[in-house]
Amino acid sequence: MSVAIEVQKLNKQFVLRHTRSLKEAIVWLVTGRKGDISKKFHALHNVDLEIQQGETVALLGLNGSGKSTLLKHISGVMLPDSGSVRTRGRVAGLIEVGAGFHHDLSGRENVYLNGAILGMTEAQIDEQFDSIVEFSEIGEFIDTEVRFYSSGMYLRLAFSVAVHTDPEVFLVDEILAVGDEPFQRKCLARIKELSAAGKTLVVVSHDLELVSRICDRGVVLKHGNVVFDGAIDEAVAQLRSQV
Amino acid sequence: MTTASGFSETAPLVRPGVGGGLADVFRQRFLLKLLVRKELQIRYKGSVLGLLWSYVKPGVQFLVFYIALGVFLGLEKSARNPDGLANYAVYLFSGIVLINFFTEALSNAARSIVGNGGLIKKIYLPRELFPVASVWVSAVHFIPQLIVLVVACVFAGWHPSLLQLVAAVAGFVIVAMLATGLGLLFGSANVYFRDSENIVDMLLMVATWTSPIMYSWTMVQSKLGASWYAVYQVNPITIGVEAFHYAFWLPTTDETAPMPPNLLPLWVPVGIVVSLAVLVLGQWVFRRLEGRFAQEL
Repeated sequence: MSVAIEVQKLNKQFVLRHTRSLKEAIVWLVTGRKGDISKKFHALHNVDLEIQQGETVALLGLNGSGKSTLLKHISGVMLPDSGSVRTRGRVAGLIEVGAGFHHDLSGRENVYLNGAILGMTEAQIDEQFDSIVEFSEIGEFIDTEVRFYSSGMYLRLAFSVAVHTDPEVFLVDEILAVGDEPFQRKCLARIKELSAAGKTLVVVSHDLELVSRICDRGVVLKHGNVVFDGAIDEAVAQLRSQV
Repeated sequence: MTTASGFSETAPLVRPGVGGGLADVFRQRFLLKLLVRKELQIRYKGSVLGLLWSYVKPGVQFLVFYIALGVFLGLEKSARNPDGLANYAVYLFSGIVLINFFTEALSNAARSIVGNGGLIKKIYLPRELFPVASVWVSAVHFIPQLIVLVVACVFAGWHPSLLQLVAAVAGFVIVAMLATGLGLLFGSANVYFRDSENIVDMLLMVATWTSPIMYSWTMVQSKLGASWYAVYQVNPITIGVEAFHYAFWLPTTDETAPMPPNLLPLWVPVGIVVSLAVLVLGQWVFRRLEGRFAQEL
């Protein structure tokens, strides 16, 4: 097995700026940089993490522990301040489903747009299109503008596109709360299928029951530090003891 | 972007989120096409006139300028005003279509990163796609205006040479590269300081008047003198507009009107070089700033 995701000494600080205008910035510079124009916040602190291909890993932690930030570094949306992140193969982020959806386009057009955003080629989308529609259970509404979709339909279609992108590394952020019970079960089955097929899975979720069913390994973050890395049951227990 | 290789065993470990700049846009042509199509589809969504607005707006603008400048201020050549410009209507319109393209392209490109913030914050994709798509959409909107221009030219007795048509293409390329370069520059700066879009609006207002769109270049030369005129002439938009005049307006006249000296051998290459330099600068600044887009948006 080779390494799919390698995170070394990753540090990330957020600068919480209070100003958005050039005028305020210049005034601040001219007045001798007095006062706080910005506040720093350590989102990730010396994070080391190595994930092998085919592993299913849950990133756990309370709100603000840095798990979503870590996921954004793995997907490439954010770049580290120091340290490094490296990945192997195509990484598809499901960081909030439907981010690339547009309300004024039909379901069909959104499938193509979203598929391409998630890194699929035209041929791949053509090939997967029927399967995407079938999985989403949208049926005849595929040519209706998505603004007329119910929120459940919307999420089902978005999720369906995402699970058909077929990446090597699959990043999942709080998206399992989609649709009704039967659809959720279907999503879970699909995710398990992906992991059985040797895909690497990194999941961020607050639903501890759910992650313990999907993942084998849990990484607990607290204030930007990795405080536990091991079997999922122990990770869940560790997190529960934090509360 | 990590490469889309199916052979994960042999794929190397790479740093995610480190792109190849504009080259990546070329690699993601399909996504670019979809983004452009999306913009075109939603632009006039919910409006009764729809795409007709692409004709109505420049049409009204043209009429206002033509009456105010051509008739009232006497720029048009007529029996009572022999010093005016022959076929002023064509002269004016050939400049207007180009500056309209530039205005729309730059103002949308400058807003494109912030406008697509929701996506940029969540999914990694070459962010240059958004300004480039904005310029592309404007180029599509430019086409109907170009058709109107060509029809008007034909009615005015247009008989262009091949060289003149090449000049038109060069003029368009110069302005498109400039809009892309400035779009990358102001689009990325806009993430940090929203003043950027106001600067762009001001710049566009100035740009409309610092090129010989409404008036003739000879008026500038006589007021500025040779050396300052050279400064005026370095502006790529000025060169693009003059190339358009040379291609569309001049062949509808008796071709006795003076064109700026050395337009083709000197100024068009200068325009290409300046625009290319702005494009490189824009790309460089964009690359410097894009690493923090996700957290600043």
